[in-house]
Amino acid sequence: MATSIKKLPDTELVLSGNGACGGCPATMALRMVGKALGENAIMMLTPSCSVASMGMTPRLGYNWPGMNICFATAGSSASGVVHALEIMKEKGRLQGEVPTVFNWVGDGGTYDIGFQALSAAAERNENIIHFCYNNEAYSNTGVQRSGATPRGSFTTTTPGGKRQPKKNMALLMLEHNIPYVATATVAYPGDLYDKVVKAKSIPGMKYIEILAPCYLGWQFDMENTVNMSRMAAACGAWLLWEAEQGKISFNRPTDHIINGKKPALPVNEYLMAQGRFSRLLKGSDAAERIAEIQGDIDREIAFMRERAKITI
Amino acid sequence: MKAAKAKVIMDTGAHAAALAVKSARVDVVPGYPITPQTSIMEAVAQMIESGELDARFIPVEGEHSAMAAAVAASAAGARVFTATSSNGLLYMHEVLHMAAGGRLPIVMCNVNRGIFAPWTLWADHQDSFSQRDTGWIQYHCSSNQEVFNTILQAYRVAEQINIPVMVNFDGFAISHCLMPLTLPPQDRIDIFLPPHEPEWRLDPAHPSSFANVTNAAEYAPFRQMLSEDIMSAFPLVKKAAKEYKKATGMWDGDTIDTYLLEDAEVVVVAVNSMAAELRLSVDILRAKGIKAGLLRIRLYLPFPTDDIVKALPKNALVCVLDRNYNFGHSGGILASELKSALFGLRSDIIIRNRVVGIGGIDLTRRFMAEEIVSMMGEKKRRRA
Amino acid sequence: MKSVTKAYRPISWPMKGAGGNTGSWRVRRPEIDRQICTKCQICWAYCPEAVIDRLEIEIDYGYCKGCGVCAAECPTGAIRMEKEE
Repeated sequence: MATSIKKLPDTELVLSGNGACGGCPATMALRMVGKALGENAIMMLTPSCSVASMGMTPRLGYNWPGMNICFATAGSSASGVVHALEIMKEKGRLQGEVPTVFNWVGDGGTYDIGFQALSAAAERNENIIHFCYNNEAYSNTGVQRSGATPRGSFTTTTPGGKRQPKKNMALLMLEHNIPYVATATVAYPGDLYDKVVKAKSIPGMKYIEILAPCYLGWQFDMENTVNMSRMAAACGAWLLWEAEQGKISFNRPTDHIINGKKPALPVNEYLMAQGRFSRLLKGSDAAERIAEIQGDIDREIAFMRERAKITI
Repeated sequence: MKAAKAKVIMDTGAHAAALAVKSARVDVVPGYPITPQTSIMEAVAQMIESGELDARFIPVEGEHSAMAAAVAASAAGARVFTATSSNGLLYMHEVLHMAAGGRLPIVMCNVNRGIFAPWTLWADHQDSFSQRDTGWIQYHCSSNQEVFNTILQAYRVAEQINIPVMVNFDGFAISHCLMPLTLPPQDRIDIFLPPHEPEWRLDPAHPSSFANVTNAAEYAPFRQMLSEDIMSAFPLVKKAAKEYKKATGMWDGDTIDTYLLEDAEVVVVAVNSMAAELRLSVDILRAKGIKAGLLRIRLYLPFPTDDIVKALPKNALVCVLDRNYNFGHSGGILASELKSALFGLRSDIIIRNRVVGIGGIDLTRRFMAEEIVSMMGEKKRRRA
Repeated sequence: MKSVTKAYRPISWPMKGAGGNTGSWRVRRPEIDRQICTKCQICWAYCPEAVIDRLEIEIDYGYCKGCGVCAAECPTGAIRMEKEE
């Protein structure tokens, strides 16, 4: 069982009155990350909504030391910091426990422009945590298509709806043979908290991806942020799993979808609740397009069910 | 106790750079191979593996990442080194700006090599000169010994002023050729280059963030400060050269290096290894009765206008040999810089310019002496 | 001559209200019905802004952006979104 809300620590690393939109799922998730990591951590940010929301010089809306870095460099920048800290510790120039170094990066900085450096950091098994808060588009620049945008979704650069499915980034990271990979989403704060606590305790490269339903990009009312996250998990559009040393296990409610105890809900309701899909699903080919999206989800569920059986 | 003595060895420029990195007690070295720089990274990786150098080597997947890791390690408080060449330097371009804007005292070697397309492996100076506006301090070196000496001086300057420094030298002619190399005793170097103690770093005990989005009212002063501070490198460069001489007895010049300049009527201006060869060209010209002299620009950025203005003899004919193109203008970048620097200050000077040695074309003392004679015969007179 | 040892870096320092007085963004305000509230802390956990006191379930209206997530997630319906005056 995931840690219950009442047992979450008081620690707050996200400060009130930051620059994020109301209802922002990224800051919602970051609060949980803060509770799990604590103060002794260093944060790296590539251009993303969080850079806009962290506050403008000389004000900072987070209580960590942090560094804005070039868009493509999350993997390499975090590596630079952690090696610097470790060698300074070895040489006696740094007192106390070596801080946790983590990236707080959107899907653009993870799936697209940051992929090369991230893949290389994973291959080197750098001692960092890479968080991808995934709102399935370049939301900060006004909602453009990314590699994480699902098929059928409207963005300003896919005005007819995206024609390709998203890629399974968390699985790609797992295939780098790194010690810990997990997915999470904001509706399940205890699950996210536990995964971050676990990641913190494991040396080497950790990857945690958090589905962050963005009301602006997805086009729903902001108060429904958590509900949208819940719906994504219920229909299997977002699968909750973790892999320690390569062994995949599924978390509630995905585990029930995978083992058939409680099959995934049809995707229709989830799609219709979001303007980014629903406006495209009013045409004469709606049934066909919904079937395509459903097909992507069914394939991922079936694939992950089989992939989890490989425990070599 | 008897003081340790300097050691003289035969070594390449690339290995001299690696030995300087070791002497500087660098903490973190992110690296990525590119010809002809690769030998530096190989040597540094080997030193770290053997325990000769107590540092971390990060074998990143590209130069953009190499500079990003260098920037981040520097922000965490480490002394950092990396090296690159040619297209690798260009690939770093965005992060070079960040290193300077972030005021991080990184030292990097750029082993000069011509730029793609088409591919070339050999030296010209298009790579380093094309990074002129990134806010880095740039040295250009003419010998293996100078490479070693300058890397140590570069850390001294960078860490006082919090601006990154690029130490440039030619691919192959310097990087791969053996020359005698004097290694000063480590205790002398330790006196010259104290440990790096940054006044700011990423530190959870004092949380602060680096380079947030900035309004124009705050952004403009940051940029202005960088522009002003890079100009205040001149006294630090001179002091570092003087103190290094005091500690080791070695001298390569400070912002400029001159040869037979005082009574010269014809002055050759150039950078890097060709400037070493040009001393011999000057000898050839002197033997022919031409009063030639050499002004080698050692510190390209900030551009040492005052020192050049002071050093140039009255009414000199200045022949600038550029190993690069200033596309969109005639000739090379160094000549343009010199003209712009002297404008209104030295109307007695005539500047002529040729582009030579592109893509590693051999620059022999005789060829360059002939070029200078030919430039002297040019009819067109252009005053600075 | 200006001191060359001083580095002028683009540094920012933690503070509440880094994005301004974000309470002024609000068009609806959450109101808590104390009779119904069970202090389950669900609103506290989901609040993106960290403006809800976990024990007293008090809202810091100085920074609350009025997103309404707390009201939407409250299991007992104790939080209502009222139109901002």
